[in-house]
Amino acid sequence: MKVELSIKRFDPDQDEASHTEVYGVEIEPTDRVLDALNQVKWYQDGTLTYRRSCAHGICGSDAMRINGLNRLACKTLIKELGSKISIEPLLGFTVIKDLMVDFDHFFDLYKSVKPYLINYDPTPAKERLQSPEQREAFDDTTKCILCAACTTSCPPFWSDPNFVGPAALVNAHRFIFDSRDQGGAERLEILNGREGVWRCRTVFNCTQACPRDIKITKAIEQIKRLVLFNRV
Amino acid sequence: MYHKSDVVVVGAGGAGLMAALELAGKADVAVLSKVYPTRSHTGTAQGGVCAALGNMEEDHWEWHSFDTVKGGDYLCDQDAVDVLCQTAIDNIYHLEHLGLPFNRTPDGLIAQRFFGGHTKDYGKAPVHRACYAADRTGHMILQTLYQNCIRQNVRFYDEYHLLDLIINDGVCQGVVALELRTGEIHTFHAPAVLFATGGYGRVYKITSNALTYTGDGVAIAIRHGVPIEDPEFFQFHPTGIYKMGILVTEGARGEGGVLRNRTGERFMERYAPTLLDLAPRDMISRDIYLEVREGRGIDGKDYVHLDLTQLDPAVVHEKLPDITDFVETYLGIDPTKQMIPVQPTAHYAMGGIPTDVDGRVVVDEKNTPLPGFYAAGECACVSVHGANRLGTNSLLDITVFGQRSARHILRFLKEGQHLPLPPEADGPARAEVSRVLSSTGEEKVAVLRAELQQCMDDNAGVMRDAEKLRTARSKLVELRERFTHIGIQDRGLTYNTDLTEALETGNLLDIAETIVLGALNREESRGGHYREDFPKRDDAHFLKHTLIKRVDGKLSLGYKPVVITRFQPKERTY
Repeated sequence: MKVELSIKRFDPDQDEASHTEVYGVEIEPTDRVLDALNQVKWYQDGTLTYRRSCAHGICGSDAMRINGLNRLACKTLIKELGSKISIEPLLGFTVIKDLMVDFDHFFDLYKSVKPYLINYDPTPAKERLQSPEQREAFDDTTKCILCAACTTSCPPFWSDPNFVGPAALVNAHRFIFDSRDQGGAERLEILNGREGVWRCRTVFNCTQACPRDIKITKAIEQIKRLVLFNRV
Repeated sequence: MYHKSDVVVVGAGGAGLMAALELAGKADVAVLSKVYPTRSHTGTAQGGVCAALGNMEEDHWEWHSFDTVKGGDYLCDQDAVDVLCQTAIDNIYHLEHLGLPFNRTPDGLIAQRFFGGHTKDYGKAPVHRACYAADRTGHMILQTLYQNCIRQNVRFYDEYHLLDLIINDGVCQGVVALELRTGEIHTFHAPAVLFATGGYGRVYKITSNALTYTGDGVAIAIRHGVPIEDPEFFQFHPTGIYKMGILVTEGARGEGGVLRNRTGERFMERYAPTLLDLAPRDMISRDIYLEVREGRGIDGKDYVHLDLTQLDPAVVHEKLPDITDFVETYLGIDPTKQMIPVQPTAHYAMGGIPTDVDGRVVVDEKNTPLPGFYAAGECACVSVHGANRLGTNSLLDITVFGQRSARHILRFLKEGQHLPLPPEADGPARAEVSRVLSSTGEEKVAVLRAELQQCMDDNAGVMRDAEKLRTARSKLVELRERFTHIGIQDRGLTYNTDLTEALETGNLLDIAETIVLGALNREESRGGHYREDFPKRDDAHFLKHTLIKRVDGKLSLGYKPVVITRFQPKERTY
């Protein structure tokens, strides 16, 4: 089918402001938006710039705004969108070139919640024990691929870029609810701060945007309840 | 810009991060990666990582060694395989201690499942050996290692594209890299360099590999006269999603999935009566090819069905959630109700930069090390995978040899020091970048790359013969010539991916030549290399590793003996 792609472009070496360019591509309805972008880049306009790697929704490189919603270009099929497709960079991050945004701040926010297992006990000879039920308690939040689709769909984050944002909260949840972890109190201290969990207004945009179907709002609510009622 | 450190690690997938973590706090380390570390290809590994923990049933690392050697069609170096399988056990516990969320048994131990080619008691029956985190084991390894690197304040240079290796008077001294964001060329001066740059599956069209998997490290090593070992051995995974190549884990068959042809027959009963659908990948890929050729592909086309419909839907959702998601997203299929169309997909390079068990790059048949140069993971060839890698052993390889390389580097650093760099160490890299940046030829990089990939699929894939390989060889000569007439459109410095795609395509071309030469020369069939004109394994002539080197622009062929200790080559049946 014939598809018209309207892509928001910006070249820092030449442009003062962004502009939209329109490209026509011939493509299968079952192809990915990423395939359409590749067709443009490879055969029409080599200057078009975007991140991509695994092309099947695991590496988290190609989150972008597609027809107004945050999605992964490699996990969105043309047939879901129709013949007119608009593509813009993620909102709320600095655009460096075309669909390439600055991720450094995003990773700094992630790092600020101590996203690693904290355990002060001596290391055992074999594995630490964990029941399947304990493992299940944080299964959903282990799926995060750090694509930033959630954080850049979050209105409180748009208005306050220092808010740790849903992605960092998801990763805090992944450790706080891990029975092997002993860093819950330090993390909750951070998350109870000014730029922590209370900036969340329960908009649910994050949950809608997540390409991994993580129940993000639910995870954030679990953190809030832990802070309020059962401070560890 | 000039940077000085003790160690430069290139690549931040499992091998690079494992090494960085081991080095953190003990040496000054710079880690370069062309993508953000969490985007690395390790993250796409699904099914599991094997170790003879014996959590579900009796198991021994010696059994794991045997399976690895037999799976590799006896081309593995058995001393290295023993290191891999013995270290595996402690490594899995180490990963668990670092936080890796493995699935668990009811008793709280790490759960284990069946995987292709892994058996009990030297081949008697399948064994539960693969430790897993649902079907995102690679994702969890990558995340866990990156998280721990953050904790240890490892210094990352994210989105730096490797351009060159600095070797002076036979000593490795650092690397040159392009900072993608600014276009600036950086020199990293260090007495120890570890390549953990991954494989080169993008040399093929139908592949499970990431678009970034272009063999940059391997190609750059070849250009410096370092040999590539066993490049003709490339693994085709039997279950890639039809036409797309996206991987459907062997874990799906480990949980009870079976392959069926157009008549609905479970055809692996005819080919591998003991292990059935859990036979090694090279065999199943060939069997699918044969089914298709005999007209038993689905609708007469070039694919078969992977049938998960008889599994308990709860098992599918709990243990295979990601592949369920892929199949729903890309095919609109519910795998608990409908069968999945699959075909072999280019998956893993058994060959690579030759190393010893400490990750030291060795440059000849006598295993002479190149001081300061290390390699680990898919870009390296230890050789623990021989002619065909067993499922899960790649994740093991990256963690075991990433760690061992780092440990050897620490010993090496006690003597190794910063020798003065040669003048204009970054000269060749700068010249290459300006050549491509100013190129105005009529050839399009994407067109050449697509022709390369089609040619490799058609002629150097699952089934090969002399005629096909000669066709490929001539085509590669043509492509290489045309590649000197490319023109790119982006002349800017900021994130110039037009430039990097051209460099990557050059790397793929360099590697493709070695695959074809190795395959043409190896007149036998072994593991992942199958010659229809030489369908038998020929131990008398070819029980040896291939070493291909580029000397003065021409490829030269050599060999290296295989280390055989306990397991004498036998006929390989399952």
